[in-house]
Amino acid sequence: MSFWNDPLKVAADWLMGIFTGWGMPEIAAQILIGFLGVLILISLLMLLDIFLVWVERKVVSRFQDRIGPNRVGPFGLIQPFADIIKLIIKEDITPGGADKVVYNIAPMLSMMSVLILWAVVPLAPRIIGVDLNIGALYIIAAGAIGTLSIIMAGWSSNNKFALIGAFRQVAVMVSFEIPMLTMLLIPTIFAGSMGLNAITEKQDIWFVFLAPLGALIFLIAAIAELGRAPFDMAEGESELVAGYNTEYSGMKFGMFYAGELLHAFTFGGFWSILFFGGYRFLGLEQVNAFLAIAVIIFKAFIGYWIIMWIKYTLMRIRIDHMLGFNWKFLTPLSFTLLMVVALMNALLQGTPTWLYASSMFLSNLVLGWIALELARSYSRKEREKVEGPKPVAEAAHH
Amino acid sequence: MTGGQIIFLLVTLFTLGSGFMVVTTRNLVHAALWLVSTLFGVAVTYALLNATFLAVVQVVVYIGAIAILFIFAVMLTRKDMRDQGPQMNPNWWLGALLSVMVFVGLFLLLQGWSGLSTTAADLPVGFDSISELGNALVSPDAYVLPFEVASVLLVAALVGAVYVAFNRK
Repeated sequence: MSFWNDPLKVAADWLMGIFTGWGMPEIAAQILIGFLGVLILISLLMLLDIFLVWVERKVVSRFQDRIGPNRVGPFGLIQPFADIIKLIIKEDITPGGADKVVYNIAPMLSMMSVLILWAVVPLAPRIIGVDLNIGALYIIAAGAIGTLSIIMAGWSSNNKFALIGAFRQVAVMVSFEIPMLTMLLIPTIFAGSMGLNAITEKQDIWFVFLAPLGALIFLIAAIAELGRAPFDMAEGESELVAGYNTEYSGMKFGMFYAGELLHAFTFGGFWSILFFGGYRFLGLEQVNAFLAIAVIIFKAFIGYWIIMWIKYTLMRIRIDHMLGFNWKFLTPLSFTLLMVVALMNALLQGTPTWLYASSMFLSNLVLGWIALELARSYSRKEREKVEGPKPVAEAAHH
Repeated sequence: MTGGQIIFLLVTLFTLGSGFMVVTTRNLVHAALWLVSTLFGVAVTYALLNATFLAVVQVVVYIGAIAILFIFAVMLTRKDMRDQGPQMNPNWWLGALLSVMVFVGLFLLLQGWSGLSTTAADLPVGFDSISELGNALVSPDAYVLPFEVASVLLVAALVGAVYVAFNRK
C-alpha cells in the first residue's frame, strides 16, 4: 500500500515506529496517534473555517451587487484574521442575571456539535475517522447536541429576545429533523447500509439521479436545520435583535458564527456524500487519495454555494408558515417518497440497471408533480376562501 | 486494572454523579441539563459495549427529543424556576431503605451468577450487528410481535394527542 493510496495508514505506521522506538508501549502510542489525527483534522477544519468567513462575505457581496472585503491583503483575504483579532480583543460581557456556567458552555457545545460530524465524513476511500455502520443516524445525533446548545444559550442569557429566538430555532430543528431523517433512509435503501463510506462506494450512479426529490427535500431540511434564510426566523434581526446569541460578545459570538458557517459547509459535504457520490468522480479517487479529498471538498463547496445562493436570494418565511410547510407538506411527502422508494427497490431487485434507475427517477418526478398539484389546488381553495372567487374578466385575461 | 475498566469506572462515576445532581439541584433547568449529561453517560456505556446503534439512538431519542421536551416544558411552566420547599418528604427513610435493599439483593444475586466473571467472546470479523437487529425486529420467529405492538401503542398515543389538541369548531 503506497503513500498516495493510503496516506493515513502510512503516516500512522511511521509515527508508530518512531514512538515505539522511544520505548513507548504500543497501546499508548496508538492512543497518542489517534489524538494527533483528531488534532490535525480539527486544526485543518478551523483553518478552513477562517477561510469560509471570507468566502461567505465575498459571495454575499456579489449576490448583493457589492465588492465585499477588498482592503486587507489581496482580494481581502486577510480580512478574516483582522476580524478574529477584533473578536479576541473585544470586551467579554456576561449579562447580569445570566447563568454563568451554562452561558459559557453553550458556544463550546455549538462548535463541538459541528466538529464531531467530521468523525464520520469519508474524505477518501481510506481516509475516514470512524467508518460507523450507523453513520447516517450519527448525523442526527450530533444535530441533537446542536439543538441543546441553542436552547442553553437562549435560556442562560437572561434575555427575552434570546429565549424567543431559541424557542423558535428549537421548534424548527425538532420538526425538520423528521423529513431529514426520512431522507437519510433513502440512500440507506439504495446502498443497503447506513455507513457513509458504503453509501459513497455504492454510487456508480449518483443517488441524485435515482431520487432527485429526496435530494431536494434533504437540502430543504438541511437549510432549516442550519437556521439559515429563508428559515432564519430564530435570528430575525428585524424583530429579535439577533435571536439566541443576542447577548454574546467577542469570541463567544465568534464561535456561534464560525460554527454556523462550518455547519453549512459540512451539510454541503453531507449532501454531496449522500446524493452526489462523495469523493467519487470519474475514477479519480482510485488514482490518488489527495485527489479524492480535493473532489469531496470541491463538491462540498458547491453544496455550500447553493445553500448561500438560497440564503441570499429568498426572504424570511413566517414561523407558522414554516412549521405548517413542514408538518403538512414536507413530512407526508417524505414518508410517501420513502414508501415508494422502498417498494420500487423491492420490486425492481434484479432488473437491469437502466430500468432500475429510470423507473426510480420517473417515480420521483411523478410523486413530486402530484405533491405540487395537490398543494396548488389546496392553496387555490384557501385563497378563494379569503379573497372570494376571481373576477371573470381577469381569469379570461390570463 | 485494564484501560477499559478505568474508562468504565470514570464513565460510571460521571453518570452516577450527574444522576445525583439531577435530584439534588434546586434549579429545574439545571436538573434537566444534568439529566442530559446522565443520559449521555449511559450512551457512552452503550458505546463501550460495542452497541453503537443503541448509543446513537440513546442520544437521538433521549437527548434530542425527550430532554429537549423537558426543558421546553420547564421553561413554559413558571417564571422563577427555583424550588423553595423542602427537598425530602417524610418517607425519605423508606425510600433509602428500599434502594439499599434492592442494591444488596442485586449484588448478592449477581455474585452467584457465573456470567459476571466470564468475558464476552469477541464478535466475529465483519459481523453486522445492525442488520442482525433489523432482521430480528421483522422476523416472525424473533421480535415482530412486540415490535408491532409497540408501534400500535405509539400510534394510539399519537391519535390521543391529536384528539386532545383538536379544536372542534
